Amino acid sequence: MNEPLLCGMAQTALDRPDPLFRMGNTNCGGCGLSSLMQMLRHAVAERRVQLVIPASCAAVAGGAFPHSTYGVPTLMTTFASAAAAASGTASVAQLNGEETRVICVAGDGGTYDIGFASLSAAAERNEDILYICYDNEIYGNTGGQRSSATPAGAISANTPKGKPEQKKDILSIMAAHRIPYAASLSLAHAEDTLRKLRRALDLQGFRFLLALTPCPTGWKSEPALGMELLRLAVRSGLFPVFEIFDGKRHVVNIEPDFSDEALNMYLSLQRRFQESGLSAADLRPAIDRYWQNLRALSGRIVPARRNA
Amino acid sequence: MSVELISANHAAALAATLAARANRKGRGFCSGVYPITPSTECMEYLCLQEIEKGRVLRVESEHSAMAVCIGASAAGARAFTATSSNGLAYMAENCVAAAGMRLPIVLAVANRTLGPPWNIWADHGDALMLRDHGLIQFYCADNQELFDTVLCAFRLAEDPSVMMPAMVCMEGFILSHTVTQTAIPEQAQVDRFLPLTAVPHRLGETAHTLGQMEVPHQTETHRRQHHAAMLSVPQVYTKIQNSFERIFGRRPADTVHAYRAEDAETLIVSMGTIGATAERVVDMLRAQGQPVGSLRVRLFRPLPSETIKHWFAGKKRIAVIDRNISLGFGGVLWGEIRGLADPGTVVQNYMAGIGGGDVRPEHLENMLADLRPRRIAGLPAMMEVL
Repeated sequence: MNEPLLCGMAQTALDRPDPLFRMGNTNCGGCGLSSLMQMLRHAVAERRVQLVIPASCAAVAGGAFPHSTYGVPTLMTTFASAAAAASGTASVAQLNGEETRVICVAGDGGTYDIGFASLSAAAERNEDILYICYDNEIYGNTGGQRSSATPAGAISANTPKGKPEQKKDILSIMAAHRIPYAASLSLAHAEDTLRKLRRALDLQGFRFLLALTPCPTGWKSEPALGMELLRLAVRSGLFPVFEIFDGKRHVVNIEPDFSDEALNMYLSLQRRFQESGLSAADLRPAIDRYWQNLRALSGRIVPARRNA
Repeated sequence: MSVELISANHAAALAATLAARANRKGRGFCSGVYPITPSTECMEYLCLQEIEKGRVLRVESEHSAMAVCIGASAAGARAFTATSSNGLAYMAENCVAAAGMRLPIVLAVANRTLGPPWNIWADHGDALMLRDHGLIQFYCADNQELFDTVLCAFRLAEDPSVMMPAMVCMEGFILSHTVTQTAIPEQAQVDRFLPLTAVPHRLGETAHTLGQMEVPHQTETHRRQHHAAMLSVPQVYTKIQNSFERIFGRRPADTVHAYRAEDAETLIVSMGTIGATAERVVDMLRAQGQPVGSLRVRLFRPLPSETIKHWFAGKKRIAVIDRNISLGFGGVLWGEIRGLADPGTVVQNYMAGIGGGDVRPEHLENMLADLRPRRIAGLPAMMEVL
């Protein structure tokens, strides 16, 4: 696969003609969810898909009846129900011999917090679902309150002095369910993201993808800088980009340079970190610990190949 | 047609199984289930059945059990689940969602007191909590009636002019665990009775979103449509009764079950199994020359007001017995129907069997003895049943 044009995002003849996520929706400018949905459209191509979306910005962005932002059949569920409702639709598709791929698109609140029990149970049952969490590290839809995905030190609408607790490591938790596939996505690395989206679309069983999606409104950052922020998060090692097969085999996809420069830049470009005075030196020990563990799990010291 | 010795829980599960198999040539059957006393045996029995083109998901909560049914129904399959009490309370959010999305899911409820303090015995308060949110509600008095009503509920919920979830309620233990002979039809008969499930708004090929945002005037329109569909239920149900009778050779119970009510001066009005006890009391008192009758409200939502009004006309006294209490008000059934009687009629509310107390004939006789000298109705009375 070689798609150099626009980082692999250029439309080709193989692409899905109708967008998954149509123009004119109500997402904020620079929303990472919008970028994710464009990449998902590209990866889905001709596949028949259904979306299941719990209460979230993604639900609001769907627009008001009878119009819909989503270009495929979509089911909106209650906040905690995405994985369970998707279990139902996926089961019926399977009973009827249909090739439909059922995709949950849920925010971090609906994934890490309120929807966690149904997510964990669907993973334990190994339902045939692709679950994508777009993680903007905040309850964006309600005005930016902390979730268990909010990183330590970030100011949110209900943690005015910065959140004291660390971000939950959802990817490891999902891997512990020994699901066929779990991976983190960096939207700034389109080729790697598309490869993993396609892999996840085609695998059977429960697949979990975690995408860090910039939220300029909640992160108090420049809307145009979203992709740059992601590059910095990946480069500094703050957001590790890797995949886990069957809960066992860990493969690092993008090798960071672990520079403090990138980390400081990441923090300084978001007002949510500025007021708590967080610096690279504060974050570095946790990043190092995480990577030490990841190195041990992935069993290699040299950078992984980008294209598997 | 065979006769089996089964509990009401098993009767509900068996009706659901036959309905599930009847959709094997359609989009199949899918159900999410979770155990809770006293409805557990219903889901257990369902899990033991072989269902062609069917799947029963053993999920992690009632909330998810209904979510699975929502997903399945939105994909066009037949869907069923069963729960009780706090399980229903936990499921409530998704019950309301299923109603709002007009998904024809059938839900068997073994009525049980809400806790804590924990109490596993019968009380209608759990199902009545969902009174106002667009789910059809039936209350049954015996196993055969429950079996028939579950089958009818599938046909009713999936009727194109109704298209909404339906609850079929049985009092926990009193009915759910009572084992009686129940006539079970052949699969071929059920196949004839239940058309293949067709959810017109199911997720198909075209891009449309189910359950998305609405602005106030759209919600108002949808509520109006839902309300109108609700009000059509008694009419549709009569047609279903006729069809049921043609195919199975017996007529399922009416929305309001009247017993020796025609020439009665005093009426006992109730829901569920208390109605069966009331009929015994009516026989006893009639033998003593007292003109008493019984009215059992089987369909609570939509409330068949006209039918109840018809039976109330000309009565002197009416005892409304509630196995529930709306705290700060009184019995829920009484609150709903007291205005349907003639202006001069004494309509007195008795709440009995709250928290699962055994309401026996002598308790009903005590209530009637209390009612007899009354010229005007008093405050709702809570009757101890010891």
